[in-house]
Amino acid sequence: MSQSLSSVAVHNVGLEQQRRSDRRRLIFQLVLLALALAAPFVIYPVFLMKVLCFALFAVAFNLLLGYVGLLSFGHAAFLSTGGYTTGYLLTTYSGLTPELGILAGTATATMLGLVFGLIAIRRQGIYFAMITLALAQLVFFFYVQSDFTRGEDGLHGIPRGNLFGVISLQDNLSMYYFVLAIFVLGFALVQRTINSPFGYVLKAIKENEARTTSLGYNTDHYKLVAFVISAALAGLAGSVKTIVFQLASLTDAHWHMSGEVVLMTLLGGVGTLLGPVIGAAFVVSLEHQLAQGPLGDWVNVILGGIFVICVLAFRAGIVGEVQKFMKKNFN
Amino acid sequence: MTMLFGVPLAVLYGQLLLGLINGAFYALLSLGLAVIFGLLKIINFAHGALYMLGALCAVVLLNTLGVNYWVALILSPVLVGIFGIFLERFLLRRIAHEDHIYSLLLTFGIALVIQGVFTNIYGVSGMRYPIPEALRGGVNLGFMFLPYYRAWVIVAALVVCFGTWFMIEKTKLGSYLRAGTENAKLMQAFGINVPLLVTLTYGFGVMLAAFAGVLAAPIYSVSPVMGANLLIVVFAVVVIGGMGSIIGAVLTGLGMGIIEGLTKVFYPEASSTVIFLVMVVVLLLRPAGLFGKEA
Repeated sequence: MSQSLSSVAVHNVGLEQQRRSDRRRLIFQLVLLALALAAPFVIYPVFLMKVLCFALFAVAFNLLLGYVGLLSFGHAAFLSTGGYTTGYLLTTYSGLTPELGILAGTATATMLGLVFGLIAIRRQGIYFAMITLALAQLVFFFYVQSDFTRGEDGLHGIPRGNLFGVISLQDNLSMYYFVLAIFVLGFALVQRTINSPFGYVLKAIKENEARTTSLGYNTDHYKLVAFVISAALAGLAGSVKTIVFQLASLTDAHWHMSGEVVLMTLLGGVGTLLGPVIGAAFVVSLEHQLAQGPLGDWVNVILGGIFVICVLAFRAGIVGEVQKFMKKNFN
Repeated sequence: MTMLFGVPLAVLYGQLLLGLINGAFYALLSLGLAVIFGLLKIINFAHGALYMLGALCAVVLLNTLGVNYWVALILSPVLVGIFGIFLERFLLRRIAHEDHIYSLLLTFGIALVIQGVFTNIYGVSGMRYPIPEALRGGVNLGFMFLPYYRAWVIVAALVVCFGTWFMIEKTKLGSYLRAGTENAKLMQAFGINVPLLVTLTYGFGVMLAAFAGVLAAPIYSVSPVMGANLLIVVFAVVVIGGMGSIIGAVLTGLGMGIIEGLTKVFYPEASSTVIFLVMVVVLLLRPAGLFGKEA
């Protein structure tokens, strides 16, 4: 009780400071956006798009782990569901524009998220992780056996089409700006969510679920909505990724993918806005570098090793450690 | 030929037997998970990798040192158990005081490393392990053919499960373990070496996994990825049974194996998913699991 009172006091004193740091963050984000706009002239755009897709995926995942304290080990299901839906629709109905395909993929992933959420939030903690993992495995087997996914082969040659029927996405540069726009929208949605009254309730659930319940909040309801938002954004990432690579395959549905997004978030910094983006960029770059070198076979070992080191020595992640450092030395 | 619902009885019994064997492995693995969870409060994501290590260790012992099956059945779990003790002592213990999610992630990372290293050494294709001489062949029971080795797997798994139950419920060491599960801090205050108990418990859970691995070696092909998918099924079994009781873990494991076997007979398309579907139903009807205590 006394603890919560003192934190309220600190909150009031810090309001002005909060506003100033908000402004600083906005400027920082605008600088990042400017860099992202210029990046495809320096770096290969397809690689950048891959980073952005996984970054959006990790940002979506982090909404759960970082702000509600729920560890989902089944997010690959949403990524792949978005991808397969979009890929199937775009290859089957040639008149469909990419944005409609993406909307359909995201909607399907959202529905799946609702189903997962309703089942998984019935248990907490590690059970939650196990249940999401098992449900995602169920989805994986479904995609292995279904005809429309073409099993091990996957869907190839998915047309990128014309955005709104007008702008051709064949050109990597226009595709890149489209992906960047979607990423910024997704990122803004998550940022808005966690800084809203709704987001504060989520953080309260993370800190102490029992107390949040006793304050009169229906925590299951809040957890479910957060889960569905997270699933929707993961599906969006999968849909966009499918259009970028013109490919939807089982790799995205495998539990490995669920583990990878955990690693990206953990490495970048759980519960920080920018952490998952940095983590995704780091992991994607690392995999890209390793795949070309002699260590290509050791990717999983190296990723596992990073996992272990992160957890043992480095739990705040890259962004978390930088924030700690800044606080210590510049405040 | 006698038929039941349009299925020859011999096929039905055969699948039931296979289901029972799968169930025996589910039981051994979920038992190990439950024992570890009791004291450490973590879910051991490395359990599948350690099960694989048990099987692989038996293969390597046979191929390099000519160690036979019966020795490997003891030696391999001991070696893997010692490895597990090292993992607990030098890695898991460092973050035991942190949020349990981190321990879970740590074991996941360990699993990736173990699996990756051995995939690079042995490839993903399966290796054969011969059935021990004494258990080759089988007996015709009239209604079905029962291979000796398969009967042995079920008996051995049940004996080990029962032994574990006996040790935990009826011995002094087991009473420490149960007390530690209830309140570790209080027990430490009574002068019991809890950190040592935690290490031994983890080692014991790992031994159970490795033992299952050696049992599995002659039936399933031994490969570095053999544990990964199995572990996810075992997680579903754990969710279905709840980690409240040992008997519960064993019964759920066997039961799920049988359900899986029956599904293979009547609706083979769903055989790989039926356990997950059962999990969903159980979560909707009885969220704490069949044998779990309501939280």
